[in-house]
This record gives sequence, structure tokens and C-alpha cells, in this order.
Amino acid sequence: MSVITERTPAAPTAPPISGSIRSTERVHKATGASLFWRGMWARAYPRLIGTQRDVGWLVSETLLPLLATFAYVYVYIATGAPQEYIGFAVMGGTATAFWLNILWSMASQLYWDKDDGNLELYVISPAPLTSILMGMAVGGFVMAATRGFSILIIGSLLFSVSYEIANLPLLLAVFFFTMAALYGMGMMMASIFLAAGREAWHLSNMLQEPIYLASGMYFPVKALGALAATVSSALPLTLGIDAIRQLIFDNQTDIGWLPPETSLLLLIGLSVLFIAGAHFSLKWLEMIGRREGRLIERRK
Amino acid sequence: MTTHPLQNNAAVRTHPVLRGLITGAWLGWQIESNWAQPFLFAIYAVARPVASALIIVVMYNVITNGATQEPLFAYIFLGNALYILVSNVVNGISWAVIDDREHYRMAKQLHTAPMSYYAYLMGRGAARIAIGTISTVITILFGLVAFQLPIQWAAVDWPLFIVSTAFGLLAMQGIGLILGALTMQLPQNMWFIGEGAVAAFFIISGAIFPLDVLPAFVRPLGFFYPVTYWLELARRALLGSFYPAFPTLAAYDNTTLLIALIALSLTIFGGSYAIYRWSLHLAKEKGRLDMETSY
Repeated sequence: MSVITERTPAAPTAPPISGSIRSTERVHKATGASLFWRGMWARAYPRLIGTQRDVGWLVSETLLPLLATFAYVYVYIATGAPQEYIGFAVMGGTATAFWLNILWSMASQLYWDKDDGNLELYVISPAPLTSILMGMAVGGFVMAATRGFSILIIGSLLFSVSYEIANLPLLLAVFFFTMAALYGMGMMMASIFLAAGREAWHLSNMLQEPIYLASGMYFPVKALGALAATVSSALPLTLGIDAIRQLIFDNQTDIGWLPPETSLLLLIGLSVLFIAGAHFSLKWLEMIGRREGRLIERRK
Repeated sequence: MTTHPLQNNAAVRTHPVLRGLITGAWLGWQIESNWAQPFLFAIYAVARPVASALIIVVMYNVITNGATQEPLFAYIFLGNALYILVSNVVNGISWAVIDDREHYRMAKQLHTAPMSYYAYLMGRGAARIAIGTISTVITILFGLVAFQLPIQWAAVDWPLFIVSTAFGLLAMQGIGLILGALTMQLPQNMWFIGEGAVAAFFIISGAIFPLDVLPAFVRPLGFFYPVTYWLELARRALLGSFYPAFPTLAAYDNTTLLIALIALSLTIFGGSYAIYRWSLHLAKEKGRLDMETSY
């Protein structure tokens, strides 16, 4: 025994073994809510940091909706519309930034991730998939808000749009729940688009102008008629834009579809519905995907 | 994917330009139309353009209390419908470059195949013309049925419409090829070049409002954009030249506008090949020809 010890000396840095077999200090692993929280910020990180590393992104992503907004503003100018309608168009451009973010950076994202090979990494990581979706939403909101408020400020300055806020707490509450419902909807759509496979791209394309129309982005939704406006109210954008318009433009209650307080209640309901829907649809899709072996399959 | 019978034709097989053109057009059509069931594709082809037209209609109605019989409405509606074709072709070619490079990852194969990549891009543009034409026709038919657009088919100036549209399409292909060529050089935000150009050109084209409402320093740009003349000529041909026009070009007769359109179209299309060669060289120099960024 002593001969063997001489020929194969123990590693000089090996710690003494006492009790259980453990070579290093115990690593603290996040679980439960802590894991969810960390998973969420890990997914949000590239979106938050990426925006700072590529300023060109900000220019391109802001300029595009701004140009589209200009076109609608000039239609109002050409038809001799009152000044507040120009404000409606500028606000529509701001809302566009959020909706495009929902379509292209939320709904289509899991499909892109599958295509690029990231989805399989999400699935095998210990973090819940819902936290990944929530991280996408948090990062995406910051991206979209940067664009949206840039459009609002530039458009308002260029076309001399003035605002008069009637009820600030209500305005903030409507904005918060519009975003909560909208990003909840985006999270839910991410699962649906993932199931749609290569049709996701076209679905996103298809949901641009029809949603601009249905939600009354560039005109009061009331103009669509009671039936269409009621159906459109299932979209958080419809309720949010309508309420915000009434709260930031002076004497515009006659153009409103629903009282802002009613819109707020409906938006709270939609937020709960869409976030819960996102959780369950993702679980369902994961189960189907695992059973049929299509979760990371890239052909479709 | 099946091949088109034309691709097996002896003349096409031996001519790199024809081969590129036919292959691009056929592949483009397959990509655009073969991804879904025909019913879903039909909804897709109809939903966007009709919704886009209806946004303008509702905006117009809100301000004018539904004065859709006014000449201004027909001009705005037709301008918007015809511009669908422009956005399809101009944006479509630069998207073809992005798709081939980033999505399908076949840029290397396309550039090393025995065909002209420039002609191939032109073919991809031709496929977008087909899709855009379907959407435009549907939108105009929708306008005829829903808003009684004053188009009298017997009174349409077909020669003017066909000649102006032929040169309009040539100009669109030229602009699309220039944007596609520039896209080859870009490592980031490459999708913006097509989308941004379409949005910017929309403002200076006089499609849905006269150029006169634009700030004075922006207005002249519209006169260097061939689509401005095509839209004006196509609307005059469809509605009749007696129909009141946007004031911007009202002082010019059809011949003058047609000459301007032809001159600009030929210049842009000719220039597109030079810009393509230059961009191709730079993309090779910078190693961006088959760059996959997943951006």
C-alpha cells in the first residue's frame, strides 16, 4: 500500500474528504419563483442590451412607423381634418410600434428560436418556458416603448400636436393594463404561431393592416359602427387607444367608444385572460410537441 | 418543389439570364403561394390590401361625412390600390436577398449556380408582380362594388394604361433591384432598406394625397420618382382624363407625363445593373454575400 502511495501521490490541492463526497462549495440553485425571475431577466437581457449596442436599430425601427404615420397625417391635412385628428394619427403611429413588436418580436419569436436552434436550449434549461416568454415581453416592451415614445415626441413636435391630460392616474392605469393585456396576448400568440410553423411569417404579415383597421389606430373606432367596434373590443389595442385618446385630447369625449373607466375594467379582464391563456397554451403546445416529437423539428 | 416546364427548355437551360429569370420567378411564386392551403392564401392575398384600403376609406369618411362620390375619393382609393403593386415589387426584391441569405441559407448556391443572379432577382420581382397584381385587382374590384368607383370599362384608355403600367413596372423592378443590390452589402437591419424605401416613397408618390400638401423642400423629390407619373397616368386612364386630378400634375398632359415616366424608368433600370455590379463587388470584399447573422 505504501509503495502505491509513493508512485501515485495525491493531488496537492485536493481538499480533505470529511463526511459526504463533495469537492467544492455547494452552489446555490434558484428554484420556484426565484428561478422564474432569473429566467425572465436572462431572456430580457439580450433585448435590453442589444438595443444599446446597435443605435442603428433605433433609427431604423423608429423611422419606419414614423414614415407611415406621416402618410396618414398628410391624408388628414389633404382632406382638411381638424387638428386633433392629426394627433390621432400620431398616436396611431405610436401604437403601431407596440403592435409590430407584438407580432414580430413576440408572436413570431418562438418560431424564429426554433428555426435558429434556441428553442431546444430553452426546453432543456431548468427555467420554465413561461419565464422565457415573460422575459421576451419585458425586453420587447422596452424596445417598443423606446420606439413608440420617439414617434410620439417627433410626430407631435413636427405637426404641432397639443395634449391636455384630463386624469393622469386613470391614464397611467389604462396604459399599464393595455400593455399587460397586449403582451399577454403576444405571449399567447407565440405558442399559436409556433404551432403554425412556416405559416407564422405570413400570419404576422396578415395581422398588420387588418388590426390597424379593426382597432381604430388612425381614426376613432366608433366610426366602424357599433357591431364592429364591439367585436374589435376583444383587442386590447382598441380599448386602450380609445380610452387614451379621450384622456389626452381636450373635449374628445364625443369621439369615444366606451367611457375610459369601462375600458380600464375590460382591460384588466383581458390582461388576466391573455396571461393565463399564454401559460396554458404553452403547456399544451409543449405536451403535444414532446408527444409528437415536433418541438425542435425544423422542417416545418 | 417541382420545376416549371420552361426550366427544361433548351434555350432556357443554355442561357444564364433566361435561366436566372425563369428560376427566380418560379421559385418566388412557389415561396409566396405554396406555404398554405389555397383558402388561407386567398384570405392572405385579400385581407391586407382590403384592410389597408379601408383604413383610408374610414379616415376619409370620418372627415367628409361619407362623401365617397367626390372625385378626390376615387383618386385616393385608386392611388392606394395601385401602390400595393409598388410595395410588393420594390420591397419584395430586397426581401428575396434577405430570405436567400438568412432564412433559406442558400446565397452561396445561388451565386455559384450557372445563372445570372441579377436576372434571378428580376425573376423574384416578377413573382411579386403576380402576387401584387392579384391584390391590386381585388382591391379595385372591392372599391367598385362597395363604393361605386366611377370606372367605365368601355371608356378606359387601355393603350395609355398598358404602356404606362409597362414602364411603371420597369421602374419598380429597377428600384427593387437597386435596393436588393444594396441589401447584399448590409450586415444589420437589412430588412429596413426595402420597408423604409417603400414607406418613404409612398409619401412622395402622391398616391393618397397631392404632393402640394408636403413641405416645399420635400415636394421636388416626388418629381424624380417615376411611380408618381405612373400613378397619375394610370388613374387618368382608368377614370378618364376629363376627371379632375390632384392639382400637382394637372397642368401636364398625358404625353408629357408619359415621356417623363419612360425617361426615368429607363434611367433607373439601366442604373440598377451598374449599382448591382458595384454592390456585388463590395459584398464580396466585405465577406457579406453569404453572411448569416440571424439578426
